[in-house]
Amino acid sequence: MAVTVTIPTALRQYAAGQAAISIASGTIGEVLQGLVDAHPQLGRQLYNEQQQLRSFVNVYVGDEDIRYLQGLATPVPDGETVSIIPAIAGGVVRDA
Amino acid sequence: MTTMPDRRASVVDLVGNTPLVRLARIDPTLPMAVEVHAKLEWYNPGGSVKDRPALAMLRDGITRGQLRPGMRIIDATSGNTGIAYATLGAALGYPVTLALPANASPERRRILRALGAELILTDPLAGTDGAIHAVRAIVAAAPDAYFYPDQYSNPANPAAHEATTGPEIWHQSDGRVTHFVAALGTSGTFMGVGRALRARTPHIGLIAVQPDGPYHALEGVKHMASVELVPSIYEPALADAIVEVTSEAALAMVRQLAHREGLMVGISAAANVVAALHVARRLTAGVVVTILCDSAAKYLSDRVWDDATVAAGGGI
Repeated sequence: MAVTVTIPTALRQYAAGQAAISIASGTIGEVLQGLVDAHPQLGRQLYNEQQQLRSFVNVYVGDEDIRYLQGLATPVPDGETVSIIPAIAGGVVRDA
Repeated sequence: MTTMPDRRASVVDLVGNTPLVRLARIDPTLPMAVEVHAKLEWYNPGGSVKDRPALAMLRDGITRGQLRPGMRIIDATSGNTGIAYATLGAALGYPVTLALPANASPERRRILRALGAELILTDPLAGTDGAIHAVRAIVAAAPDAYFYPDQYSNPANPAAHEATTGPEIWHQSDGRVTHFVAALGTSGTFMGVGRALRARTPHIGLIAVQPDGPYHALEGVKHMASVELVPSIYEPALADAIVEVTSEAALAMVRQLAHREGLMVGISAAANVVAALHVARRLTAGVVVTILCDSAAKYLSDRVWDDATVAAGGGI
């Protein structure tokens, strides 16, 4: 069983250009680890040297920020969407 | 002796001539002969450095006949440039339409709407990309109805800094500035100030500031190495060096500047100070100048100012 993780434009270069990736369900921590296992270059972008999620990384389950749920322990039901949202309203400039 | 500020005909006449302030307490380990100074750009009427390029681009558009009475100003901007357009558009009598990602802060949207701007909210996942696409589609459908300044490729953007910010820094430092440090967004500040200072001091050190990766919290700052569309006004050769700043270091500096200098700034300003101190610590003598792009006023709902974070020492 799987969940869908949506990747912001700024990080797609580390995820083979994909906008959405299917990952085995579990807790948010397990889903993100599955994502990094599949695309190791994402690791340095999402985690600090202590292997904690970097403080400005925004992760949502559905429409809810995991900071206001159970953090990395938040369960993600099958079929749910996990979104990594840009840390700021702005970011990468790309041509049309 | 203090002088009373002049009476001005319009808020537009208040753009520029911002204070330069020494940061004397942020790093007590610096030698006496090494000074770090910062331009307080929130003294502009729209509250940020972006008033300068915005005014220059609007005036250039009016001069060229591209911005005429009855037209709307339109651009893609989640931040300070939008507030600058909305402020100056109101003062000059032009309506403003702005496309911005839907996750722009609530303060930001309230400020823009209060100034009368029409907002088009775009997909947060697409970042500025989505907003740029929205603007291009609107302008393509009705080109005569809109003036689209496009700050990323408009030469009036760096020209504003070459004509105002750079000479101000030169005069305010009594010509003593040895290093200029600024983050690259559109690159307008860095390009314009850099050219103005190099024309006066050929050996000046020009140091550009970058985030450490494409996914970062430095609002308004671009990771040039990973963008597909590099701003056409950007000339990489002007920079003598590039300093990479982590979002974590900039967030900590936001709180340190408040505690140690009484300066509540935005995160891109804090990133500039992180880089300016990095430069200053390698000098035995010198005058390092950087830009404090805006104040913290628009960011007070950010977690960086949460009571618990501040009470915990805020990384100091």
